[in-house]
Amino acid sequence: MNETLLSVADMHVAYGRVEAVHGVSLAVPKASIVTVIGANGAGKTTLLNAIMGVMKGKGSIEFDRKPIADLSLEARVANGLCLVPERRELFASMPVEDNLLLGGFRRSRAERSQALEETYARFPRLRERRRQLAGTLSGGERQMLAMGRALMARPRLLMLDEPSLGLAPRIVRDVFHIITKLKEAGVSILLVEQNARAALQIASYAYVLELGTVTAAGTSAEITNNPRLVESYLGLGGASY
Amino acid sequence: MDSTIVLFLVQDAVINGAIYALIAIALVLVFAVTRVILVPQGEFVAFAGLTVAALEAGRVPPTLWLLVALGVLAAISSIAWHWREMEPRRFIGVVASTIVVPLLLILVTKFLAPLKLGLAANTILTLLLIVPMGPLLYRIAFEPLAEASVLVLLIASFGVHLSLVGLGLAFFGPEGVRTAALSDASYTAGALIITGQSVVVIAVTLVLLAALALFFGFTPTGKALRACASNRLGARLVGIPTSVAGQVAFAMAALIGAVSGILITPITAIYYDSGFLIGLKGFVAAIVGGLASYTITALAALGVGLVESFSSFWWSTYKEVFVFTIILPVLVWRSLRSSHLEDDE
Repeated sequence: MNETLLSVADMHVAYGRVEAVHGVSLAVPKASIVTVIGANGAGKTTLLNAIMGVMKGKGSIEFDRKPIADLSLEARVANGLCLVPERRELFASMPVEDNLLLGGFRRSRAERSQALEETYARFPRLRERRRQLAGTLSGGERQMLAMGRALMARPRLLMLDEPSLGLAPRIVRDVFHIITKLKEAGVSILLVEQNARAALQIASYAYVLELGTVTAAGTSAEITNNPRLVESYLGLGGASY
Repeated sequence: MDSTIVLFLVQDAVINGAIYALIAIALVLVFAVTRVILVPQGEFVAFAGLTVAALEAGRVPPTLWLLVALGVLAAISSIAWHWREMEPRRFIGVVASTIVVPLLLILVTKFLAPLKLGLAANTILTLLLIVPMGPLLYRIAFEPLAEASVLVLLIASFGVHLSLVGLGLAFFGPEGVRTAALSDASYTAGALIITGQSVVVIAVTLVLLAALALFFGFTPTGKALRACASNRLGARLVGIPTSVAGQVAFAMAALIGAVSGILITPITAIYYDSGFLIGLKGFVAAIVGGLASYTITALAALGVGLVESFSSFWWSTYKEVFVFTIILPVLVWRSLRSSHLEDDE
């Protein structure tokens, strides 16, 4: 396994008095895809929000061997973490191109225009739509814009929260194809998915989150061959692509 | 009523409407970026008027001491809230912006005020003294509450307004001021006499509105502010520091308020507490624009000016009643049109 980029230990996250994530530990090696799968309400989004700094959590987070648990959200972005949230959180009243440029807010002007070209090369659809308001895009285009905006910051770790949610199977295939390409380009990815089958096909390592606790972890092959998990997450009727 | 009177009333309406438009746009801007309904917007107007009047008379404006008081409070607030992450560089930044800048302004003002340098210098000095109050107020009262609900922010905003009116009385005293006209020129168009003052008000308003449009449309900072307004979480996720955005929005509101104050003081007498009513009329226009649309807001401000000027001709006792009644049908229409309760965010 490669050197570890992100390591989270004993993370607890609570909404008021109700704890949603109980002592989760996980690691993401450099240039790899790690997935967290689990049912709706398992605490996946909460976990990502705590790693990103959107929510406060208790526990240690090390990024590239530096502790970042005390850093603000902005400082974590500056360090190279990036979250594409489940609800995308685009700037709906602004054109696609402005959304992308704002993604590179912390970059210099030259880096921004270079990153914009790369993003358009990766998502040709966004170039076609560049003058259109983000709020008028289709679901798949929004997901691409959200990923494109995140990549404009040239993150070292990209965290994707349910990128397949609400998308047609064909678009899901495109999105997962792009995720694989990103890994090949050296970006580490922490992928949170309900669509376990699709996630396991591209991830090298997986954690299963149930009711806020990691109940299983292993390589994608190990998880795929675990009979209990197959029944819960990959059985008949389970989503696939 | 003949056409001359109508024209006079319209001229009056346009001048007042222009000033209400500026205030309303500042309210929309601050609300969009920070979700604060800036009740103390009028205080920037009144304090700028009082400051420029003091400078015109060759006196050192008491605004200085108010600024120092706010600076000290902001320094305490910033250091207390960010104690854990207070690196030396950040500490120096806080002290420089809250203590050193106001002290420098004291030196400059004390030296320049008695010289009676004229309108241009007085205007610049007034802007230098009023604009920093915006970010200082944000740091003292609103930054620590950034995640609070709109209602909590509104209550804090009223608190700031009431405190500022009290401080205004303490620092400026109860007397009203009125400054000389910004221009002595006058033009005639038929029966109508157009004063240079009204030309200046309208020209400055148009220039400021155009500058704002360019700022928001083309500069990275302007776009970052729009991003904060469009999606606060999205803005944080791309690394836009929302507290800096809040300070910039408040500085712009203070700038717009100060310019309005300088424009309005030759037209009406300004007292330490005159700001509230002026701000409230801007608020009516901002509400008509749904606290979101700049264009509708500016047009609504013109409408407020028209209602005010015609109702003061016919029923001057009730002119404020008419102006504030405009808000009712708008609220009814808006509540009928929206099918769901507005979310806090």
